[in-house]
Amino acid sequence: MNKNLRWKIVTIVTVFVVFFASGVYPMLASRYGLPAPAWLQAQQLKLGLDLKGGVHLVLRVHTDDALRIFSTTSSEQLREALRNAGVNVAGITLDSPTVFRVEGVPADRDAEFRRIADEQVSANFDRSSSAGGTYTFRMKPNIEADMREQTVVQARETIDRRVNELGVAEPNIARYGQSQDQIMVELPGVSEVERAKEIIGRTAQLELKIVEAGPAPSREALLQASGGQVPDDQEVVTGAGDGGTSYYLVRKVAAVTGADLRGASPTIDENNRPAVRFLLTGDGARKFGRVTGENVGRMLAIILDGRVQSAPRIESRITDEGRITGSFTSQEVADLALVLRSGALPASMSYLEQEAVGPSLGAASIRSGVLASLVGLSLVVLFMLSFYKLSGINAIVAMVFNLVILVGLMAYLGAAMTLPGIAGFVLTMGIGVDSNVLIFERIKEELAAQRGVRASINAGFGRVFLTLLDTHVASLIAAAFLFQFGTGPIRGFATTLSIGLITNLFTSIFVSKTLFEMALARRQSPGISI
Amino acid sequence: MQIFKNPNFDFVGWRWPALGLSLVVIGIGLFLMLTRGVQKGVDFEGGTIVIVHFHEDPDLARIQGALPDATVQRYGTPETRNVMIRVKRTGEEQGTDLSREVDQVLSRLREANVGAFDETPVGTKIVGPVVGEQLRRQGMWATVLALGGILIYIALRFQFSFAVGAVVAVIHDLLVTLTFLTIFGYDLTLNVVAALLTITGYSVNDTIVVFDRVRENLRLMRRDNLPHIINVAVNQTLGRTVITSGTTVLAVLSLYLFGGDVLRGMAFTLLVGVLSGTYSTVFIAATIAIIFQGRKPLKGQAAPAASASARPSRRRAVS
Repeated sequence: MNKNLRWKIVTIVTVFVVFFASGVYPMLASRYGLPAPAWLQAQQLKLGLDLKGGVHLVLRVHTDDALRIFSTTSSEQLREALRNAGVNVAGITLDSPTVFRVEGVPADRDAEFRRIADEQVSANFDRSSSAGGTYTFRMKPNIEADMREQTVVQARETIDRRVNELGVAEPNIARYGQSQDQIMVELPGVSEVERAKEIIGRTAQLELKIVEAGPAPSREALLQASGGQVPDDQEVVTGAGDGGTSYYLVRKVAAVTGADLRGASPTIDENNRPAVRFLLTGDGARKFGRVTGENVGRMLAIILDGRVQSAPRIESRITDEGRITGSFTSQEVADLALVLRSGALPASMSYLEQEAVGPSLGAASIRSGVLASLVGLSLVVLFMLSFYKLSGINAIVAMVFNLVILVGLMAYLGAAMTLPGIAGFVLTMGIGVDSNVLIFERIKEELAAQRGVRASINAGFGRVFLTLLDTHVASLIAAAFLFQFGTGPIRGFATTLSIGLITNLFTSIFVSKTLFEMALARRQSPGISI
Repeated sequence: MQIFKNPNFDFVGWRWPALGLSLVVIGIGLFLMLTRGVQKGVDFEGGTIVIVHFHEDPDLARIQGALPDATVQRYGTPETRNVMIRVKRTGEEQGTDLSREVDQVLSRLREANVGAFDETPVGTKIVGPVVGEQLRRQGMWATVLALGGILIYIALRFQFSFAVGAVVAVIHDLLVTLTFLTIFGYDLTLNVVAALLTITGYSVNDTIVVFDRVRENLRLMRRDNLPHIINVAVNQTLGRTVITSGTTVLAVLSLYLFGGDVLRGMAFTLLVGVLSGTYSTVFIAATIAIIFQGRKPLKGQAAPAASASARPSRRRAVS
């Protein structure tokens, strides 16, 4: 045996051992309880949601919400500054999430108005004026784009924290699709889809605001004292009351918000009902202490996602902790504490797609996938043996090699095996032998042209190489677009197919040829069974 | 063993009947697609799928009676007692409302008293209209771009007329497969579209092998006309074409028979696509290349003396 051939065999055996150990062996080990080091087990081929069971969600982040809040805050700042400077305007209204309008700027204060407006909001808004002292402020396009992007990034981070708090192993949270405001969440092993949706999608915007009037059974009753008008710096919020909705008139500016929280945990209130206890940060505690100290005897509305949960009376100055009570179950309290701890979402969200695969379905899919693979493998093996006799073994060895490397490489890359991925695996068997068939048919032709065995084999491999390159590149082009198009299961399919194509080039050319060379090296008078 | 001993079929001579057959099949398909429409699964159309596990053997007729506007079918093997219910609606894409139809289906099953079942469905899938529309667009673009990519690659590596032949063959295969999907009532799902894209790659793969042989023969048979060269190449590669589709069909067939309900549509698509791909490799791709090339000289082949007026081709090394 010459040296060259020995090195080829060493290379092949090494590659086989490495990929077998990283892909196939850990699977066998966990299935049949064979010994395997922990780091190897951890490396195991990942299963996709459709095989493992779990929840897949696609959400849209309503980035308009965040813009609206920002525009509102900016216009309130402007209002405050104008009031301090004694410039009285007729009104400030929000036209859209990115546009607000100031009406009735007195003609003699126009210059001063412009100066204050520029000082307050010109960094983020473009100002334009029209007749009658009306000014329109439009958010700058780059600020708007940044803010939308930031909102989605923040939402993603918040979801990440919540999912971690839920204790889901190996979640996948990523931007989704071409539109910029979608997020995909994959939670393997989770079966309670509605609870997961509730926790992930909850805005969890906590606001504590001083109550100016109420509670009242209707809006009209609430506003009687203020002459049917909502004062500029106040707003009406609702909550569940005795036998219906209660209306509260509260200050627009919150005493503290969810951003001031240091922690939240489940507890019980004085009536032994489940409640949430929260702790404030140092800054939050100072603010809260000041506001509660100034407003002893008044009510404090605890508002969650725009609804009043409760409105206890402030007995004395409170600093660093409080309690949210209401009619909660203990599960609701645990979930609420979780979302408060993980922070509020910067905007509301809605679900566009959801899929839940129960563990029994996943197991059934694995069974049928494995069965289909084994049957397919046997059929192809029989076919190749009956067509190519001993050379068929060569092709089969190359194919099995291909599959082992494929599984090993997927495990190494951390790509997930999905049910369509198994289909790609089976397809790789069928298509993978193609390269060998192409080579064998060429060798047969060369043999028929009365060339020597060695020369025929060399010519077979040599001539076919470019053909194989062309077919593989064309298939990879299709697979690449498939990868672009799909998510989850389909990506698994595209990944399997692509890796299978690449490893196929190695096995059909390098491995298969070495096998022929090995067979020839053993014999004195070369002959070939093909 | 050899399937064909020195095959010498006149494939190119059969090109018109073969083309006619394909046009008839595709014509029927287009007619059905236009009149009945391609049935789209929830992936592309939006909708709600609920898979319910019953405690006793479920009575499909009664379940259908309770949900007249739903598609009701068994899911998996009979002993799993799972039933798949599909509704074309979803809840609104607002907050967590999307899954409202799941509750609707379950409560109607409960009211109709069709037998005890697990309150938590073993599987649900809800696709809202936004994602459905998005996937529809993406699927179409992926197919178009994949075809374009392949066209460019083959045009660079071979002749432009070959690229046209290959791409027409692929489009032929996609249309034939869609025809069979429509006739046999398979829904267009994500998996099926993935299979269609795979067919794109597979069919081209097959065609390239023939073209590659043509490219090689062009150097050896300089004086022959293109139809003859192509016919020789198709015959030379016939054994390989048949064997390869044989192994692929075997693999896909086992997928169709044993791969379970989720993969059935995908496996069917692959099965039809592979067979059509083989047919188009032999009969369609080369035919189109011949038609498209017309009397123009090929790259790498000397211009025939008869057509002296033709511009001399740019000589370029092939392979």
